Amino acid sequence: MAEITLVEAINLALGRAMEDDPSVVVLGEDIGVDGGVFRATVGLQKRFGAERVLDTPLAELLISGLCVGMAAQGLKPVGEIQFMGFIYPCLDQLVNHASRMRNRTQGRLTCPMVLRTPHGAGIRAPEHHSESTEAMLAHIPGLRVVMPSSPERAYGLLLAAIRDPDPVVFLEPTRLYRAAKGEVEDNGEALPLDRAFVLREGHDVTLISWGAVLKETMAAADTLSAEGIAAEVIDLATLKPYDESTVLGSVAKTGRCVIVHEAARTGGFGAEIAATIAERGLSSLLAPVTRISGYDTVIPMARLEQHYMPSVERITTATRKVCQFS
Amino acid sequence: MASRRASEELPVIARFDVRRRDYLAPDGSAKRPLPAFTTDSKLLVALYRAMVLLRHFDRKAVALQRTGRLGTYAVSLGQEAVSVGIASAMQDEDVLVPSYRDNGALIWRGVKLEEILLFWGGDERGNDFSGPVHDFPFCVPVGSQAPHAAGVAYAFKLRKEPRVAVCMFGDGATSKGDVYEAMNFAGVHKLPIVFVATNNQWAISVPLRLQSGSETLAQKAIAAGFTGEQVDGNDVVALRAAAAEALAAARDGRGPRLIEAVTYRLGDHTTSDDASRYRSAEDVQVHWKQEPVARLRSYLVRQKMWSKRDEEQLAAECHERIEAAVERYLATEPRRPETMFDHLYADLPEAYAAQRRELSGENDG
Repeated sequence: MAEITLVEAINLALGRAMEDDPSVVVLGEDIGVDGGVFRATVGLQKRFGAERVLDTPLAELLISGLCVGMAAQGLKPVGEIQFMGFIYPCLDQLVNHASRMRNRTQGRLTCPMVLRTPHGAGIRAPEHHSESTEAMLAHIPGLRVVMPSSPERAYGLLLAAIRDPDPVVFLEPTRLYRAAKGEVEDNGEALPLDRAFVLREGHDVTLISWGAVLKETMAAADTLSAEGIAAEVIDLATLKPYDESTVLGSVAKTGRCVIVHEAARTGGFGAEIAATIAERGLSSLLAPVTRISGYDTVIPMARLEQHYMPSVERITTATRKVCQFS
Repeated sequence: MASRRASEELPVIARFDVRRRDYLAPDGSAKRPLPAFTTDSKLLVALYRAMVLLRHFDRKAVALQRTGRLGTYAVSLGQEAVSVGIASAMQDEDVLVPSYRDNGALIWRGVKLEEILLFWGGDERGNDFSGPVHDFPFCVPVGSQAPHAAGVAYAFKLRKEPRVAVCMFGDGATSKGDVYEAMNFAGVHKLPIVFVATNNQWAISVPLRLQSGSETLAQKAIAAGFTGEQVDGNDVVALRAAAAEALAAARDGRGPRLIEAVTYRLGDHTTSDDASRYRSAEDVQVHWKQEPVARLRSYLVRQKMWSKRDEEQLAAECHERIEAAVERYLATEPRRPETMFDHLYADLPEAYAAQRRELSGENDG
């Protein structure tokens, strides 16, 4: 089996979902003829026609609002927001409509939609193209927030997101679109939306991360391993609802935890995990839970972005400290 | 002046018209020949009855609110013709995407009075109503329902179904990008959709002149590539005719229309509002002379389709129907607190199921 990139896995999953289910519709800016600015939808319009793979006007609020209307009518829309920095006009639709349509109509109308968007920095993109504001979305009841970090998980989780009867925001790590490669079998098999993935087992410390920065987290685990520290690495993958039992189970085993995320620290999703561990895993802790994150500043443009994002060194330094704590 | 001369020499590349439709004068006389459906006295009487029911219902709802038995409520006083006239031209399989002041349309389409009371009484079950199952619930964030209607219409077009989405909103909503984005998309794809802007002159306290510099709201359709028509929103005959024409065009694949229904909000914005803070009683008084219920009644009486006795009987019927609905509303068993988690997701994730158990007291001890 040939290796494919993460963005190719997204494309594969979209094609498979459209093939399997005629109610799946893909919409967004430049996603038709052009195949999307990252080529995630390349070839789909040719295969499935311009009615099911439609280039929308340049209006993000519209894309999310159309998804709500289509979904209420029994379609399964998959909208693309070109960059996460442009998702904010959609918040009204996500908060006020998509996430609560089922609840406010007591199940009469539902909203099985997916809103995909590239997530994170590190590709030297222009201003507003490097956002990682996933915690904001994970705060919205009724929504699911998912972020794969490998081609295999991108394929399986996107299929699950499209098949899910509720709205899902699907965040795709931009930096891994082409950098992450792996073997993916186009077998139509979805992965569960409520499970974290243990990428590496270890008994000394738990490293929890999601998205592109898992690359640095895994590299840090390698470095630490050479020093005799066995780190367990968890890809959270789904932030809402997140898999508390895998997290708590791992921390019960290791007694130490470092959470790594690219987003700014204050109110970041790491805070939620740290709070869960404090509430329900305190007795197993041997050291304070530590967060390595982006800084509480505006995400800098290309020249400084590398200094903003968690580096392997920051992760290893923090983890060593946590492991030395007694 | 040189520049003016130069601009006069430039060729005109596009011209647009906005037409206004009205049939009934305020005194109930016909301004011009009426559309064919007006020979159907049963239909005209049904329209009249629906408008009167709505007016009685509003009065009762306000009384319930004032006595602490209903939450904030938005009356339709003065603009009953719009929701009733538009809804009366729709088919069951069409989809209504209403704003929060379109009670009349919901009732016409089969939503029970007690269900509307439940909604305004703060109970989500009011949105799980007896009207067409595909209709949208009231939309509170102004104008945000317009893209939904476009999505619904797109689904109809994709599946080649002869159905139409009807999107209702107020004059304030026309200032929002949501409405324009939806109209723009509808224009691009010639979607089966009818936009209805109920121009009642007021967005809470902000008058139309501060809302828009346009001569009409109807002309906002022009930039989106389709026809906008202004209709006397106090003339239910004109509204029904405009809606029927727009629905037929949309159903035939001739694309969207915008109907601007010019009316006047005679009441407060909601029961939480006091309109005397921003407009005078004299201003409002002028508009009472235009109101839609008396206008249709005058026409019906002139045509001998309606009598004083009919009126008395209708008032008694409305009273009875509303009282019975209020009784059912007040007798509705309250929901258990933990049911707030019901229908949050198709399957409640374990993390939130634990909170549901916490709320229900199952975790005690």
